[in-house]
Amino acid sequence: MDIEHLSRLQFAFTIAFHYIYPPLSIGLGVALVVFEGMYLRTKDKHWEQLTKFWIRVFALIFGIGVATGIVMEFEFGTNWAAYSRYVGDIFGSALAAEGVFAFALESTFLGVLLFGWNKVSPRVHFLSTIMVTLGSMFSAIWIVVANSWQQTPAGFKIVGEGVNVRAEITDFWAMVFNPSSIDRIIHVWIGAFLAGTFLVLSVHAYYILRNRFVEQSKKAFGVILVIAAISALAQLFTGHSSASGVAENQPAKLAAFEGHFDSLAVADMYLLGWVNETEQTVSGIKIPKGLTFLIHQDFTTPVTGLNAFNENDRPMLVNFIFQTYHLMISIGMLMIGLTLFSLFLWWKGRLFNKRWLMMIFSFSVVLPQIVNQVGWYSAEVGRQPWVVYNLLRTSDALSENVRAEQVLFSLILFTIVYLILFSLFIYLLNKKIQKGLDPAVPGKE
Amino acid sequence: METFLNIELGTWMFLVIGAVFSGYAILDGFDLGAGTVHLFLRKEESRRVALNAIGPVWDGNEVWLVIGGGTLFAGFPKVYATLLSAFYTPFILFLVFLIMRAIAIEFRSKEPMLWWRRLWDIIYSLSSTLIGFTLGVVLGNVVFGIAIDDQMIYKGGLMDIFNPYALLTGLTVVALFALHGSVYLVMKTSDKLAERLDYLSKIAGAFFTICYVLLSVATLVYVPHAADDFSEMPILFVIPVITLLLLLNERRLIVKQKYWLAFLTSAALTSLLLITIAIGLYPNILLSDIDSGYSLTIGNSAASPKSLGIILTFVLIGAPLVLIYFLFLFRTFKGKVVLDDMSY
Repeated sequence: MDIEHLSRLQFAFTIAFHYIYPPLSIGLGVALVVFEGMYLRTKDKHWEQLTKFWIRVFALIFGIGVATGIVMEFEFGTNWAAYSRYVGDIFGSALAAEGVFAFALESTFLGVLLFGWNKVSPRVHFLSTIMVTLGSMFSAIWIVVANSWQQTPAGFKIVGEGVNVRAEITDFWAMVFNPSSIDRIIHVWIGAFLAGTFLVLSVHAYYILRNRFVEQSKKAFGVILVIAAISALAQLFTGHSSASGVAENQPAKLAAFEGHFDSLAVADMYLLGWVNETEQTVSGIKIPKGLTFLIHQDFTTPVTGLNAFNENDRPMLVNFIFQTYHLMISIGMLMIGLTLFSLFLWWKGRLFNKRWLMMIFSFSVVLPQIVNQVGWYSAEVGRQPWVVYNLLRTSDALSENVRAEQVLFSLILFTIVYLILFSLFIYLLNKKIQKGLDPAVPGKE
Repeated sequence: METFLNIELGTWMFLVIGAVFSGYAILDGFDLGAGTVHLFLRKEESRRVALNAIGPVWDGNEVWLVIGGGTLFAGFPKVYATLLSAFYTPFILFLVFLIMRAIAIEFRSKEPMLWWRRLWDIIYSLSSTLIGFTLGVVLGNVVFGIAIDDQMIYKGGLMDIFNPYALLTGLTVVALFALHGSVYLVMKTSDKLAERLDYLSKIAGAFFTICYVLLSVATLVYVPHAADDFSEMPILFVIPVITLLLLLNERRLIVKQKYWLAFLTSAALTSLLLITIAIGLYPNILLSDIDSGYSLTIGNSAASPKSLGIILTFVLIGAPLVLIYFLFLFRTFKGKVVLDDMSY
């Protein structure tokens, strides 16, 4: 493999692995705020047990998120030096803002959250939990702003020549509020809420099945189910809004989402399908003219197809983009169905004795994980061949002096380390879950 | 270039990044150093106490690395690009060590088996030490200069990075962190364990003194531009003298059990080392040893004035906030370590 593919593979692997953790941290943070808030309000020992249990899980997840996240910050420079020179003026300021305004907040208050239970007053501890959660949400803002700028660049001008050519910032707020930022920040946040809440639902469904910590689990399940259901439903709207933005700003990507090649035709929308890239056809179950309707609210306006672009200005892996995009939507729908149905049963008071449903829930933690992963795959592969849309090609973004062997070496190293890390993570997570909640601290009630 | 208080924005940025990396060296320096001396503590209980002494703060300390990386990327994108791609393999190893260390701290306490804990102890201690060492090697190369061509691209090989001067700088950093870390641990512990750490801090101090003297001589002999600086400004000879006086005084403070002051002293030593290097470099950031005209300087590698203004505004707003967070954090966990049910 050449250096470009190796570097892309390494970046994809390290970011995909990293992205297991921050959404879990954000979502679990929200759950912790709820649990600890309930504890402070009601003084009910069950909420305290839940809070302390989930703090321990949070510690494990957050730690890995930080360690794998630092890798990302330095990988721009190690593997993508030309990119770093080109976008540093803009991308760098978003990263710097993330460090100063978000990461500092979450990481310092994390110390109090994890180790301060017996050191500070309950109110101060609760404040720390809120700060950590807010900090991790602020992190998401800046990182998604930086990525959104790559999708829909704004607030800059191109200056210089040769090695000195770069995008310089002209309007900071136009850069921050570039056309896709807001949609994508909210979409990412809610994706994170789903990741965290489904982890909580999974674990407590498992406890209910095993007849352990049943009372605590029912309490936790109910309140978190409400957040999960609202999030799942909300994602439908943020997703639609995001896709409309893609239609407007990145038509080649949208066309790849639906495998739409013909540039002058009304476009269908597929529920399931397979793209034949050589024949430029899609076979599957479709809503005729669905895409046209979704974008233009009529059945006659054509949608720009892939063939409207030069062969080397549009994404290559159309079927991959199509599949990941549709998998995201299908599982998203599944989560809406699952949570709304369960909410209905909960309201009727019949939720927790449906063992089959609890069984489904105990595995449901993987659903938002898959959705978050494939959603990003379609977004990032759909942006190709550009690293900064219509400005800088991925192939022009590499480090000039780094050789393929070096990247192969680091890729192998990261693969080994991350495999070990992931196995240990699953092992320890499972161990914490098996151990369960601490017995309630007697006395203070 | 635009200015603020009559100083160019690029120079401000240089100072800010220098200060952030100083902050990183001082803060993560003590917890990395605690890792280096970790294996010299024998009892399980001692190791647990030592680990919990850095438990609530090590992650916060790494913030400074993240902010340093972010501000370097933003303030001097070309330096960030050339530095990280030139030291590709060392930085990848550095990142892997950072991950291994975080895992070790996190996972060590999760199983009671002796082999499990011993294994993670070794990984924790080695990776802590190698993080400092790798950073020192990079620092040594930055002082010495590297093969950068007229396109700001590194032309050297991997083995050029591991030259004797850089290796010596690596050792010096490890020794300094070990000193700093053991003093921190003395401050956070009591009785037998504190005595043991006191002894370790003495050894680390001696080791650092030897490295520092050797490094100073090597710098004067082998690094021509450093020698030039010193012959132009003989006042700079004060720096090594101050360093050695501080070292002696730190020893005195430890003996008098003024641990907090001793800790501040090794913090001062750390920033003095970096200040010396920064003075030597200014206004260059990355020296080319092919042709000094190819060096990356504040002037030719800074972000646009507008971008610098934005980042410096962030720093102006953010610095007091970050300071408050850290004061709150360190105040919460001041005093000797007490193990409880939320400890490692």
